[in-house]
Amino acid sequence: MKVKMLSRNPDNYVRETKLDLQRVPRNYDPTLHPFEVSREYVRALNATKLERVFAKPFLASLDGHRDGVNCLAKHPKSLATVLSGACDGEVRVWNLTKRKCIRTIQAHEGFVRGICTRFCGTSFFTVGDDKTVKQWKMDAPGYGEEEEPLHTILGKTVYTGIDHHWKDPAFATCGQQVDIWDEQRTSPICSMTWGFDSINSVKFNPIETSLLGSCASDRNIVLYDMRQATPLKKVILDMRTNTICWNPMEAFTFTAANEDYNLYTFDMRALDTPVMVHMDHASAVLDVDYSPTGREFVSASFDKSIRIFPVDKSRSREVYHTRRMQHVICVRWTADSKYIMCGSDEMNIRLWKANASEKLGVLASRERAAQEYNQKLKEKFQHHPNIKRIARHRHLPKSLYSQIQEQRIMREARRRKELNRRKHSRPGSVPVVSERKKHVVAVVK
Amino acid sequence: MKAAEQSATRVAEGLLALSQQEELVDLPNHALSASEDEGDSDEERKHQKLLESIGSLDGKKRWKLAERSEACLKVSEFNVSSEGSGEKLLLLDLLEPSKTSSSLAAVKKQLSRVKSKKAVELPLNKEEVERIHREVAFNKTSQTLSKWDPIVVKNRQAEQLVFPLEKEQPDFAPIEHVLSGWKARTPLEQEVFNLLCKNKQPLTDPLLTPMEKASLKAMSLEEAKMRRAELQRARALQSYYEARARREKKIKSKKYHKIVKKGKVKKALKEFEQLQKVNPAAALEELEKIEKARMMERMSLKHQNSGKWAKSKAIMAKYDLEARQAMQEQLAKNKELTQKLQVVSESEEENGAEEGELVPDAVNEIQMCAAGPNPWMLRNCNSDANDEIQKDPEQPPEPVVQEFCEREEDETLGTEEEILLREFEERRSLRKRSELSQNAEPVGSQATKDSSTKEVLAELKALTQKLNQKNCQSQKPKVSSVRTTCQVQKQECALEEEEPLLLQRPERAQTLEDLEELGHEEYSETKEIPGLVLEGNQTERAPNNHTDTPKGKKKKEQMIDLQNLLSTKSPSVKSLAVPTSVEELEDEEEKHQKQIIKEAFAGDNVIRDFLKEKEEAVKASKPKDVDLTLPGWGEWGGIGLKPSAKKRRRFLIKAPEGPPRKDKNLPNVIISEKRNIHAAAHQVRVLPYPFTHHQQFERTVQTPIGSTWNTQRAFQKLTTPKVVTKPGHIIKPIKAEDVGYHSSSRSDLSVIQSNPKQSSRHRKKQLKKNSID
Repeated sequence: MKVKMLSRNPDNYVRETKLDLQRVPRNYDPTLHPFEVSREYVRALNATKLERVFAKPFLASLDGHRDGVNCLAKHPKSLATVLSGACDGEVRVWNLTKRKCIRTIQAHEGFVRGICTRFCGTSFFTVGDDKTVKQWKMDAPGYGEEEEPLHTILGKTVYTGIDHHWKDPAFATCGQQVDIWDEQRTSPICSMTWGFDSINSVKFNPIETSLLGSCASDRNIVLYDMRQATPLKKVILDMRTNTICWNPMEAFTFTAANEDYNLYTFDMRALDTPVMVHMDHASAVLDVDYSPTGREFVSASFDKSIRIFPVDKSRSREVYHTRRMQHVICVRWTADSKYIMCGSDEMNIRLWKANASEKLGVLASRERAAQEYNQKLKEKFQHHPNIKRIARHRHLPKSLYSQIQEQRIMREARRRKELNRRKHSRPGSVPVVSERKKHVVAVVK
Repeated sequence: MKAAEQSATRVAEGLLALSQQEELVDLPNHALSASEDEGDSDEERKHQKLLESIGSLDGKKRWKLAERSEACLKVSEFNVSSEGSGEKLLLLDLLEPSKTSSSLAAVKKQLSRVKSKKAVELPLNKEEVERIHREVAFNKTSQTLSKWDPIVVKNRQAEQLVFPLEKEQPDFAPIEHVLSGWKARTPLEQEVFNLLCKNKQPLTDPLLTPMEKASLKAMSLEEAKMRRAELQRARALQSYYEARARREKKIKSKKYHKIVKKGKVKKALKEFEQLQKVNPAAALEELEKIEKARMMERMSLKHQNSGKWAKSKAIMAKYDLEARQAMQEQLAKNKELTQKLQVVSESEEENGAEEGELVPDAVNEIQMCAAGPNPWMLRNCNSDANDEIQKDPEQPPEPVVQEFCEREEDETLGTEEEILLREFEERRSLRKRSELSQNAEPVGSQATKDSSTKEVLAELKALTQKLNQKNCQSQKPKVSSVRTTCQVQKQECALEEEEPLLLQRPERAQTLEDLEELGHEEYSETKEIPGLVLEGNQTERAPNNHTDTPKGKKKKEQMIDLQNLLSTKSPSVKSLAVPTSVEELEDEEEKHQKQIIKEAFAGDNVIRDFLKEKEEAVKASKPKDVDLTLPGWGEWGGIGLKPSAKKRRRFLIKAPEGPPRKDKNLPNVIISEKRNIHAAAHQVRVLPYPFTHHQQFERTVQTPIGSTWNTQRAFQKLTTPKVVTKPGHIIKPIKAEDVGYHSSSRSDLSVIQSNPKQSSRHRKKQLKKNSID
């Protein structure tokens, strides 16, 4: 005869150590847990509100420059090191963890127009208004040694920008033409021109490393191939492009920061239509930099704010501003994709969090799980009007806010006018042009 | 000299201009008359002479210009003939001289074929060329770029991307490389180095010393093979053995095991005997061993009834003869094993008695157990006794007597175990008796079945009986105080007995059945008896029962069982009686509660209210008629005057009948189809972008992702973030090598080769350098 008894396996309810969590037997029967949608909605709402409560993105301001910060460069090997060039020809090297300047160089007379680091992080290059290209050691000189460049190249014309190749000891400068230099030589190994206007900036493609993009003041963006020593294609936009930035995860995508307050993301194989037009700025966009994950980019604008855009969205997800921050001239996203630096007119470099409400430091696993859950909830209910409203709400300075309102009204008026024109003219004579196509003037082969 | 030269050059220039003019003139009319031509040539010759003479003034340089081998009419001073520059040379002209010779026919044919082909076009201008170059280059690059398409798409659609993408490989240099560049510098190091060298220790390659290497080499191949074979055999044997053991272990047959065991014992005995003959000392040792085993056995109580098997057998023994036998066997064995202790003086007498009486084991055991406190033993003896009784049913009184003695002992000791034991024993005796009675009645072979049905019936009766008793008790609350106290005392035991009680019920019921026959008077009498018993007059009780015994088997049974029943029953009755009163109280309370509720909600008619509400809702939802009558328009107006019915009818716009209400056929539901403004603030108005149908969207919203509704695993899966970045890690741009492509961008400038071999060599060099430094 077998006697049946209640028996439990102690493994199911006894924890191994005191530090373990108590095992809680759960019943997932949905009838026991009703109202799942409404409960999750409330959780999402709370998560969204908390996100706004904790959104404090500003971390630090690095002051020390005696003129506006004109260019920034990040160190390829060290997250804590940042280089900046100012409008008085001074270059400073900063330590972000200490938030201090660790080195100061009077590199040029006049503006430091461009600064870039070598891919190995041992040296960096600067170009200035004094028609020189200088190479500097990354390490500070020893005690008693003079601060001197490794090499100095004297050019014939002013260089306005510089960028280093991602793998090879070569760099490119721009000015009257795009020059490709070998580090060992004092003359360019090849120079490429197309048109006669001065070129603002030049950028190497980080993936297909022989490709370059440049933008000139005659409103065009030109692509080059270094191996074939020839330009590839040119696209002319409505207004001048200030700079471009390549997507570090997608070889053919780049984003152009334009004077017409917009940013344009292009697929370089099809330049006639930008993939996305990013519009939110209220003034000329001066600089753009991609997040190393390639999912987002940050743009600096003349309207005294920086904005973060997702690559596939036309509207920004975040805007950063402070009362003291003037026209933002340069912006960089750090290599660990957690922080953003921006250099502005009023001589300061500011450090921001890329995710405004993110908690810094080590997270406990439960904390992380809770955060991930909250994130998912926010994503899930993002279309609900109340949540959307709270998530999108940002405080803006009054001047910027009024500027944006004004532009909205102007845009609306333009749209209305076009509608009216279409309404009162022969059908088909006023064609509908999509926003994307509107800004591209021509593509030159 | 200089002046002369200058004048000469001027003259020459003038001449050149002239000749060019002439050429220009000449161009159109190409075929001039010979005479004119000759005249012209005369002049030319003169000029030439002049020029030559001028040129000779200057030395060699000028002379060279005049030297010419071309057949031409006009020659300029730049040594280029400008003759016939405008006209094209025709193939025919070349062929003219060869017309006559027929040997060149093949060549002529070829030439004529060539004639049909067109001439090469002029090269394009620079811009055009550049444009073409650009286009070609662009196509090429876009082709190379499109290899990234699948990766980009994959990354965009990835559920999760963890950055940095490339796996970090720790860069370990083998120790040999590190050591190869190292040199002993300090004296201590050198000393150590020397020592190592002397002992032939490895310096660079730390794996094996020369000695070790030699020893490794020493073992020959054959030897190694032999050893291996040996090992293999041993392993195979072991596995066979294991398999066999397993197989044997799996055999379920008990008989087999028994035989095996017996065989083993026999073998051991034989061996032992042999040993005795051959080596007495060893035999002694063996004997000691056996003794020890026996002692262990005694200690472990293995063959007593405490084992699992023994217990199961004890339960089965009731029904199964084999089991009973097995138990007996075991007990016998136990006895055998524990025999030695009984040699001690105390048990000797009993043994003697046993021998003297020559009664079966069971009886002896009972006596033994009566002395010792082991209930298990006792019970088993009892069962044995029962068995024996069953075998010969002509000896009924004996067990009864046994019972009584036991009972006396039990009550004096009064331990739990004894009570349990008594239980068993009682049950057994009862069973036996019932069997006996069945035997007495001519039921036949199907007695067991009948008994079972009987039992069921009896149970029912017992229940009714119980109820009756309860009633009796409630009716007659005159139970003596002494008795109740006793009952309380007994309760503890009774509670423990509860389970056996339940089991016992059928038998008891049978007795009750008989009890009915006896009637109530007897019942009351018997009731009083336990009271006496509990007061301590057990001796009295025993004779009392004895007096009953002559009445017949049945009656005696009844009496015993009655006592038993009542003694056990009374507490249970009490325990039942208490809650009944409570229940009554509860009932009253409930009633009271209900009354209160009724009073409180006396005026409420919920259903009517609901219907009213629904009616109102229906009315409210109905579209209303629009009355456009203007009082006083077209007639007299004022207080107390109403517009005429005709007018009202005319200006009343009837609202169209709306769609039927959804709750029309649902009597107890109100469905409101109005949009709730408060809820609307939380509802999505437009279908968001990636969704194509509202059902999709609804489904995504309705699937919960929280851990309240999902298991931990599912929760983790549902909440994985799309992009994970590690803090403090540099994320480098995606590389072709990471994805599995070869980099297409190897420029002429590249110094670092992507060749892994070379790079590794390079690294080695670097390492060397570092170590030297």
